[in-house]
Amino acid sequence: MADQGRAPAIVLHGIVKRFPGVIANDGVELTVRAGTIHAIIGQNGSGKSTLMKTLYGAHRPDEGTIELDGQLAELHSPRDAIAAGIGMVYQHFMLAENLTVWENVVLGQEPGGPFKLDIKGARARVRELSARYGLEVDPDERVATLGVGERQRVEILKVLYRGARTIILDEPTAVLVPQEVDELFASLRELVAGGATVIFISHKLDEVLGVADAITVLRDGRTVAEIDDPHSVTARDLAELMVGSQLPVPETREATVTDVVGLAIEGLGVEEDGRPVLADIDLVVHRGEIVGVAGVEGNGQQELVEAIVGIRPIAAGRIMFDGIDVSGESTRHRRDRGLGYVPEDRHRDGLVLPELLWSNVMLGHQWRRPFARGPWVDRRGARQRSDEIIIDFGVKTPSSEVPAYALSGGNQQKLIIGREMTSEPRVLLASHPTRGIDVGAQGAVWEQMRRARSAGLATLLISADLDELIGLSDRLVVMYRGRVVAELDPAHVTPADLGSYMTGARAPEAA
Amino acid sequence: MTGSWKIRLATGLAAPAIALVVALAVSSLALLVSGSSPVTAFRAMATYIDSLDSVINIVNRAVPYYVAGVAVAIGFKMNLFNIGVDGQYRLAALLAAAVGAAVDLPPVLHVTLIMVVAMVVGGSYAAIAGVLKVTRGVNEVVSTIMLNFIATGLSAYLLTTYLQDDAASGLVSGTPELPRSGQLPSLNRLVEAIGIDLPRNAVLRGFLPFAIVIGILFYLVIYRTRFGFELRTSGLNPAAATSSGVNPKAMVMKTIILSGMCAGLIGMGPLLTDLHKYADQFPFQLGFTGIAVALLGRNNPAGIAVAAVVWATIERASQALNPVGIPQEIGRILQGSLLLSAVIAFEVVRRAAAAAAVKEAAARTGEAGEAPAGPPADTMAGAPV
Amino acid sequence: MTALHPVPTSARGPSGPSGPSGRVGLVERYGDLPRWARPLVVSLLAMTLLSVARIVADAPDMTISETFAAALGAATPIALAGLGGLFSERSGIVNIGLEGMIGLGTWGAGFAGWHWGPWAALLGGVAFGALGGLLHGLATVTFGVDQIVSGVAINIIAPGVTRFLSSELFAGRGDGAITKSPTMSGTMGGFSVPFLAGGEVFGWRSPDPLAWIDDKRWFLVSDIAGLLGGFAHGMRWSTLVGLLMVPLSAYVLWRTPFGLRLRSAGEKPSAADSLGVRVNRMRYAAVAISGGLAGLGGAWLAIDVRSYNEGQAAGRGYLGLASLIFGNWTPSGILSGAGLFAYSQALAQRPGTAPVRALFLVVAIVFVVVAARSIVARKAVSGLALLAAGLVVLAYYVTVDQVNNQIVFITPYLITLLVLAFASQRLRPPAAAGRPWRKGDL
Repeated sequence: MADQGRAPAIVLHGIVKRFPGVIANDGVELTVRAGTIHAIIGQNGSGKSTLMKTLYGAHRPDEGTIELDGQLAELHSPRDAIAAGIGMVYQHFMLAENLTVWENVVLGQEPGGPFKLDIKGARARVRELSARYGLEVDPDERVATLGVGERQRVEILKVLYRGARTIILDEPTAVLVPQEVDELFASLRELVAGGATVIFISHKLDEVLGVADAITVLRDGRTVAEIDDPHSVTARDLAELMVGSQLPVPETREATVTDVVGLAIEGLGVEEDGRPVLADIDLVVHRGEIVGVAGVEGNGQQELVEAIVGIRPIAAGRIMFDGIDVSGESTRHRRDRGLGYVPEDRHRDGLVLPELLWSNVMLGHQWRRPFARGPWVDRRGARQRSDEIIIDFGVKTPSSEVPAYALSGGNQQKLIIGREMTSEPRVLLASHPTRGIDVGAQGAVWEQMRRARSAGLATLLISADLDELIGLSDRLVVMYRGRVVAELDPAHVTPADLGSYMTGARAPEAA
Repeated sequence: MTGSWKIRLATGLAAPAIALVVALAVSSLALLVSGSSPVTAFRAMATYIDSLDSVINIVNRAVPYYVAGVAVAIGFKMNLFNIGVDGQYRLAALLAAAVGAAVDLPPVLHVTLIMVVAMVVGGSYAAIAGVLKVTRGVNEVVSTIMLNFIATGLSAYLLTTYLQDDAASGLVSGTPELPRSGQLPSLNRLVEAIGIDLPRNAVLRGFLPFAIVIGILFYLVIYRTRFGFELRTSGLNPAAATSSGVNPKAMVMKTIILSGMCAGLIGMGPLLTDLHKYADQFPFQLGFTGIAVALLGRNNPAGIAVAAVVWATIERASQALNPVGIPQEIGRILQGSLLLSAVIAFEVVRRAAAAAAVKEAAARTGEAGEAPAGPPADTMAGAPV
Repeated sequence: MTALHPVPTSARGPSGPSGPSGRVGLVERYGDLPRWARPLVVSLLAMTLLSVARIVADAPDMTISETFAAALGAATPIALAGLGGLFSERSGIVNIGLEGMIGLGTWGAGFAGWHWGPWAALLGGVAFGALGGLLHGLATVTFGVDQIVSGVAINIIAPGVTRFLSSELFAGRGDGAITKSPTMSGTMGGFSVPFLAGGEVFGWRSPDPLAWIDDKRWFLVSDIAGLLGGFAHGMRWSTLVGLLMVPLSAYVLWRTPFGLRLRSAGEKPSAADSLGVRVNRMRYAAVAISGGLAGLGGAWLAIDVRSYNEGQAAGRGYLGLASLIFGNWTPSGILSGAGLFAYSQALAQRPGTAPVRALFLVVAIVFVVVAARSIVARKAVSGLALLAAGLVVLAYYVTVDQVNNQIVFITPYLITLLVLAFASQRLRPPAAAGRPWRKGDL
C-alpha cells in the first residue's frame, strides 16, 4: 500500500489560519503518505474544514507551508489545487440534478470541439473511470434519480476526471447508510490500489479504524496526535484524544429539578423521503431542569427540534407539554402552551432581518399581549417590551428602531433569547444558543438560561459546545444516527465515554 | 431619534430621484435623436398640466390605477406575484355590471351590492390560483397569466351569450346600463361647496373617496394588524414565519383572495361613475398598469398613490405634445424608462442602504452587524412552476 | 444494535426506470420503445383519435391539409417564443418578458423588411428581440432585479418603445402609421414538395398525390395525407426557418459544450461555477438568444402580413411560456404544445363550428382515458376529477351545436392549467430558474 520510496504526497507544516475573533488553525501538522487512506478526525470546530479549505486553495494560510510530492506549493485558488492534482468531494454535493452523470462529470472540461460535444467519448471516459476504480454508476442516468451513495461516486468521478491524484472527502459517510459506507470504502481501497491518495474527514471512529492507514487527530485547531499505525489505538483512545483529557467541570449549584414533567417525548419517529431520521426517541425534561443533547451534528438533532416545534411531521410517537399531548397541534398552539424556541439558524428561522427590532420581538408571540390588542398590533406595547429586552438582556443597539440585520450576531441572539424568555415560557427549546457569538454574549446567554431554570423552566438544550452542555445541563443525552444512545451525568462523565457514544465507538448499554 | 429613519427616508427619495433623472435623460435623448427639443417638450407638458382641468383629469385617471396598484401590492407584500389582477378585475366588473343592471334597489344598497359582487367575483377568481398553489404547488405567476387569458375568453363568452343588452343596437356588445340608483354621483358639488369653481365639462368622478378608503384600509391591515404582520413576515422570511406559528398555506389563500377582492374594485370607478355598463370600451390592461404602479410605489400605500398620479400625469401631459409637433408617444418612453430605472434603482439603493444601516449601528454599538448576503429583497422570484 | 437506516431497496426517484422486467402498462412499454419511434407512435395515436372524431362528429375539415397548414403557420411564432423561454429558463432566468420581446421583434422586422425586404426582416426581428433580452439580462444578472419584475417591466415598456419608434420612423411614410410599418418590399414566398404535393420542378408542375388521398377522406389514411400535406403544400420559408430552430435549439443545448454549460447555470450555478463555468456570462448569452428567438417569432408575424402592426404579438409570448411548461422544458415538447394550441386556433378559423366541436369530442376522450389510467393507478381523487371534467366536456359536445369561439380561445390556457395541476410531479423545471445568483452563493 504505502509506497515507502516516494516523498509524502502532502506535508502541511505549522499551518495557522485566523479569522476575525478566532484562530481556526493554530499550528497544524499533517503528513499524508502517497497511496494511503488518511483519516482526519476531530470534533465540530476543531479546525478540520478550515484545514481542508487551505489544502484545496479556497483560502491561503496566514502561516505555514504546504509541500506536495516533496515540492513547496502555493495554492491560490481551487483551480491551482486541481492543477496540482488535488480534488475535493464536498459533504453537500455540488451536482446538477437534472443533468446526467456524464454531463456532471465533464462539465467545464468537455471533450470534443466547441460546436460538437463528444458524447460518446465522454460516456466512454466515465465508464472507464468507474470500471477502474469500482465506482459503479450509469453515465446516462439523471442525477436526480440516483441514491446518495451513487451521487457520491459521481462526485468522486468528477475529481478523477480532472486528473486528481489526491482526493479529499469531507465527512463522506455522514449521509450514507451502512451498506453504502461499505461500498464507498471498497471504492476508496480501489482508488488507493490505483495509485491515488485519499484524505477523509470523519467523526465516526469505528469507520475510521476500519479503513484508514493513518490518522491525524485535531483539537482546538492543533494537531494533537499523528497515528501511523491504526492498529495500535482503540476507539476509546481516539475518542479521548478528540474530546481532550479534561472535560469542563460543571459548576456546583443548587439543584432546581422538580418532579413535574415539563416536556415528554415518547417513542418519537420522523421520516424523510421514506428514510427514518429519528427513531424511538424517549426523552423527559422536568421543570427546573436543563437536559443537554450531545452529539455530532447531523445525527437527528435538527429533526428532533423541528418535530417539537411542530414544523416537521412525525411518523410515530407523541410529544407532550405539561402532560398534554400536542402531537397534533399547530406550532401556534404549541407556542400558546408556553413553548419558547431559540432556533439554530437565527437568520433563517429566528429573525426577519429587514424588519425593525420591535417588530422582530413580536415574532412567535404576535397574537399575545403586549404585542396585540385583539386583531391590532400594539406598537407601543411592542416597543416597550423591546426596550425592556434591550436593557435587561444587554442588547447593544442604538434603539429598537433599527433593522435586525444591523446588529451583531451576539446581539441578535440576545434579542431572541430575551424575546423567548420574556414571554413566560414553560418549555424552552434552545438549539446552539451561543453559536457564532462572542464570549461576552455567550456568558450573558448562559446566565439567562440558568436564571430561567431556577424559575422552573424545562429546557432542552442542543449544542455542539461541550463547555455549554456540561456547564449548563443537569442531565446529558447523546444522539447518534437518529437515536438516543446514552444518558449521562455531566458531573461524572469522562471524555472517553462521551466521545465514544458521540462517534459510535460504543453502543448503548441497553442494546 | 436614531438615524434609521434618515436611511429609510434616503432610500425612499434617492431611488425615485435617480429613476426620474434617468428616465428624463433617456426621454431627452430619444427626443434629441428624433430632432425635437426636450426643453420645448417638457415645457409644453408642464404648462398643460398646470390647470384645474388637467388636475381633475389626472385624479380621475389615477383612481383606478391606485386601486389596481394596491391589489397587486397586497400580493407583493407576501411575495405572491398576482399577475392575474387584470383578469380578476375584468371578470368582476362584467359580473358586477350584469348583476347591477338586473336588480332594482335603493341607491346606497344598490351600489353596495355591485361592489360586493365585484369583490366576491375577484376574490373567488383569484382563489383558483391560490388553491392550485396550495394543493398542487403550481406557481402563481404562471397560473395567473393563464387565468388572465381564460378571463378574457370567459368574459367575452358570457357577455355575448348571456349578459348582452338585447335592447342595444347589434354593433356594440355590452351589458345593459345601470339604473341611476346603481351609479355614483360626481363630486363636483362637493368641490364647489368648498369654494373651488370647476371649469365647464370637468367632472370629478365619485370613486375617489372609495380609493382613499381602500388606501387607508390597506395601510391599516398591512401595517397595523396582526394579520398584516404575519403577512409581511411570510413575505420577508417564510421559514421564520412558519417557526413563529403562521400557517403558510392559509396565509397564501388569505392573501391572494384579499388581493383578488381588491382587484374586483378596480373596475368600479369606470363602471359606477362613468360608463355605467361593461362594454367594449371598458378600460383594459389596468391590471398591468397596477403592477407598474405598485413597483414604482414600492408597495407602500402612499408610494403607490404618488406612482399612480405620476403615471396619470405623464399620460395627460403627453397630450400637449402633438400640438407642438412632438410625438406624444414620448410619454410611453418616459413611463417605461421610469419603471425600469426605478426597479433597478430600488435594488441598488436597497443594498447601499442596508450597508449604511449596518455601518451606522456598528459605529454606535462598536459591534459589527451580521447580515450575510444582505437582507432579502422585498420580492422574491418564484420558480416557474 | 440494529442499524436505524434500512438497506435502501430503491433510492430512485419516481420517474427512475426500474428495469424492463415486470412492466405491463402501456406507458411503460412506450418507455421501452427506441427514442426515434416514440414521436411516431404518439402521432399515429393522435391521428387515429382525430380520424375517429372527425367521422363521428361529421367534421371532415378537421384533418384536411389546409387546416394543418394553418396550424403549422400559427404554431411557428408560439414555438419560437417557447424556445426563447427554453434558453432563458434553462440558464436560470425566468423570462416573462417574451411577449414584449416578440413585440420588439415585430417592429424590428417591420423596419428591416420595409427597407431591405422580408429576408432582412428575419434578421431585424432577431436583432430587436435580442436587445430586449439583453435589457432583461442587464436588470436581472447585473443589477439583481427580481426576474419576474424585470420581465413584467419589459412587457410594459416594449409597446411604448415600438409606438414611439413608429411615430418617428413609420408615420407618414408610404402606408405607414404610428401603429403600422410601411408594407415590406417583396414577399418571402414558399414552396411545395415535388412529387408529393405538386411542387414545381424546372417549371413543370409535378403530380400531387397527397391532395388526391386527402380528398378521398378515407379513415386514417386521408387524415395522415392531410397532415403531411400541411407540411408539404406551400410551406413558407419563414415557417421553415422557424421550425428549423427546434432541432437547432436541441442541438445547441444538448450537443455542444456551450449548451451543457448554459444548462448547468440553470440547474446548479454553484456547481457550474466551481468547475470554472462563467455562470453570469452564460445567463447573458441565454437571455440574448431568448430575445432573439422571440424576436424571430415576431418577424414571422410581421412577414406573414408584410408589415409591422401594433399588438401583433397578441399574447403569443404567454402562449410560448405555456408551451414551454406543457412541453416540460424540451424543444420537442414545446413544438407539440405550440402545435396543439395552434391546431385548436386553426380549427376555430374553419368555416362553421363543426371542426371545433369535434375537438371537444377529442378532449373528452383524452380526459376519460387519462382518468381511467389514474384510477387504475389508484389515484382516485385526480382520476375522478379528470373523469368529471371529461364528462362535462362530453356533455358540452353532445348538447351544443354551435361552439362559441371564446371557449376555443381559452382551451390552450385551460390545458396548461390542467397540466400544471395534474402533471406537476412529472414536470422538471430547471432547478435554479428564478433565483438570482452571485458568486459565492450556494
